Amino acid sequence: MAAVQTTGERTLNKLAIVSVLIVTMIFLAPIYWIVSTSFKPRNLATTVPPTIVFTPEVSPFVKLMLKRSQLREQPTPEEYAAAPWWERLVFDGGEKVVRDGKGEVQLSGYPSRFLNSLIVAIISTVLAVSMGTFTAYGFSRFKVKGEDDWLFFILSTRMLPPVVVAIPMFLMYRTFGLNDTHIGLIILYTAFNLSFSVWLMKGFIDEIPKEYEEAALVDGYTRMEAFFKIVLPEAATGIAATAVFCFITAWNEYVFALIMTRRDAQTAPPFIPSQVGSGLPDWTVIAAGTFLFLLPVAIFTFLLRRHLLRGMSFGAIRK
Amino acid sequence: MAHIELRNVTKTFGGKAALKNLDLEIADGQFFVLLGETGAGKTTTLRIVAGLEKPDDGTILIDGVDVGGWGAAERDVALVLQQYSLYPRYTVRENLEFPLKSKIRRVAPAEIQERVERVARTLRIEHLLERKTDRLSGGEMQRVSIGRAIVRKPRVFLMDEPLSALDAKLREALRTELKRLQITLGATFLFVTHDQVEAMSMGDRIGVLDRGRLVQVGTPSEIYARPTNTFVARSVGSPPMNLLDGAVRDGAAVTEAGFSLPISVASAHEGRPVTFGVRPEHLRLDPEAPAKARVHDIEDHGVEKIVTLATGDAFVRLTAPATQHPRIDESVGFSWNPEKIILFDRTSGRNLSAA
Ligand SMILES: Nc1ncnc2c1ncn2[C@@H]1O[C@H](COP(=O)(O)OP(=O)(O)O)[C@@H](O)[C@H]1O
Ligand SMILES: [Mg+2]
Repeated sequence: MAAVQTTGERTLNKLAIVSVLIVTMIFLAPIYWIVSTSFKPRNLATTVPPTIVFTPEVSPFVKLMLKRSQLREQPTPEEYAAAPWWERLVFDGGEKVVRDGKGEVQLSGYPSRFLNSLIVAIISTVLAVSMGTFTAYGFSRFKVKGEDDWLFFILSTRMLPPVVVAIPMFLMYRTFGLNDTHIGLIILYTAFNLSFSVWLMKGFIDEIPKEYEEAALVDGYTRMEAFFKIVLPEAATGIAATAVFCFITAWNEYVFALIMTRRDAQTAPPFIPSQVGSGLPDWTVIAAGTFLFLLPVAIFTFLLRRHLLRGMSFGAIRK
Repeated sequence: MAHIELRNVTKTFGGKAALKNLDLEIADGQFFVLLGETGAGKTTTLRIVAGLEKPDDGTILIDGVDVGGWGAAERDVALVLQQYSLYPRYTVRENLEFPLKSKIRRVAPAEIQERVERVARTLRIEHLLERKTDRLSGGEMQRVSIGRAIVRKPRVFLMDEPLSALDAKLREALRTELKRLQITLGATFLFVTHDQVEAMSMGDRIGVLDRGRLVQVGTPSEIYARPTNTFVARSVGSPPMNLLDGAVRDGAAVTEAGFSLPISVASAHEGRPVTFGVRPEHLRLDPEAPAKARVHDIEDHGVEKIVTLATGDAFVRLTAPATQHPRIDESVGFSWNPEKIILFDRTSGRNLSAA
């Protein structure tokens, strides 16, 4: 309620806003750094003191997408003039675009890694959230023998740091031929997110009065129909919140992706730093890769922001 | 419309009995009210009839058919709850249509529309049809809930305290409306409440439930005039029946409250510890009477007064006509109608005059 504020409270309020702004700025600084670097000319990326004002370029993004090699000799003016704008940008950087025998432009490793990340994160999120929702519904609505023990067991899968099981997992995956496959990573991330998803969704579903479904049952609907028609729409907020968390976890996962994938199924997180090692690093290209990598989570979270806010306060009010 | 019978139904939750050997019969077209305090097992009974809960023991018959193995959808009953009967995301119309759109019913769209509109007219909620249900007042919500039950023409209406969340005036209005509806529909109702006024004013028959046991079934006047035990005696009537411990000596009631008045019951109970039950309307202020008391409190209801007398360490309530004007702390005499005194066994609380 908007109660009457005293002068003291008003000052306190202003102070709070200022501190929040400062904290926000501190947190946003690295993001600003990444975004600005990804638009800088290469020679301005590492200047001391940092360059704040510069003409933004898209060349880092072009370079990020294309397979390049060092120019041994400068292109002839005709070659340069005939090249499309993006190829010129590469020439300007002292490199050339690699083409295969048929003259087709070769892409760098980044687009496929990015695509892998999307595939693995989206599928594992869908799986974890849907299985989690069904499981949570079961625990919430039916008498399950040893319910508390089961729930504890499910949670206990998150009690070890995941790295602890990295070596056994690697060996298991090698035996089953799951190393460096999409399906392997999807299974891993789904399993990883499932416990979290079950717990979170159980909290949300517990909040939905079971009377709604029972009314539907009495009205002539099956349990399944009642679930899809009544429970699911009511749980949308929870599902959105859970999906965002699962997506972020899967999207950002680094250690297992590093161990379990090499090329075919490699995701962006282990790929981006691997580019630092080869020769003199081009920080603008790395920043561009990182910037693009940040986008999906930002967009996803932005799209679901209304649900998320409600979801957060929902959970907070609960207990 | 249907005839409902529960035979020997028992239900326990984690070792705690919610219903014990419940036998209940509801005739076709009857308005049956189950009256009981919170936790008596009323909701459990309804849920068992609806098929939302399985009894541990006993049989449920609808029209003579054992429906124990049937799911809620197959039983074709309608359920109205105190709250949460309506889907917050739906409009009133969508809520009313919902039961008709179930696959097991297959009602033609034109008929759905027609039925929804007829029900809306009956319940006077036509102007609300396009409104989301979370924008309704409590009374409107319950009207819609009732509407959702009647669009379907179910075999039985089960109502779980549908009026108890409403304020007094609305409750009274809906009570009349519901009763009228039941008469027009000729439907079988199992109506559950903890409100004795609701039970007395609506029920064709009342079943009084005490901690999972059905203690008495009868018409409102039977329950009122001949309660089978002190629990029932306390449950119905406002102001409640006076219950006074004492004993019968030489054809008179000698109470522990310190007064003695004649009674006209069989002297078989001479000397044993009993509880005398007398309704306030069977007591009167009477200057000549041997029983004396002090006026403790007076509630003036216009047509009559409810007078509380203090005698010994007990209070006795009686109704006095508006023409009498007792004053607080005045010493008065009172007497009762000896024909109307009910004797209960002191330890078991059972009515000794019955059976
Ligand atoms: N699902 C349940 N789990 C455990 N105990 C229950 C459950 N439902 C009801 N009970 C218990 O059974 C008894 C009767 O409950 P209920 O039928 O809801 O009473 P009423 O509707 O008359 O208030 C209460 O003691 C209640 O605590
Ligand atoms: Mg109840």
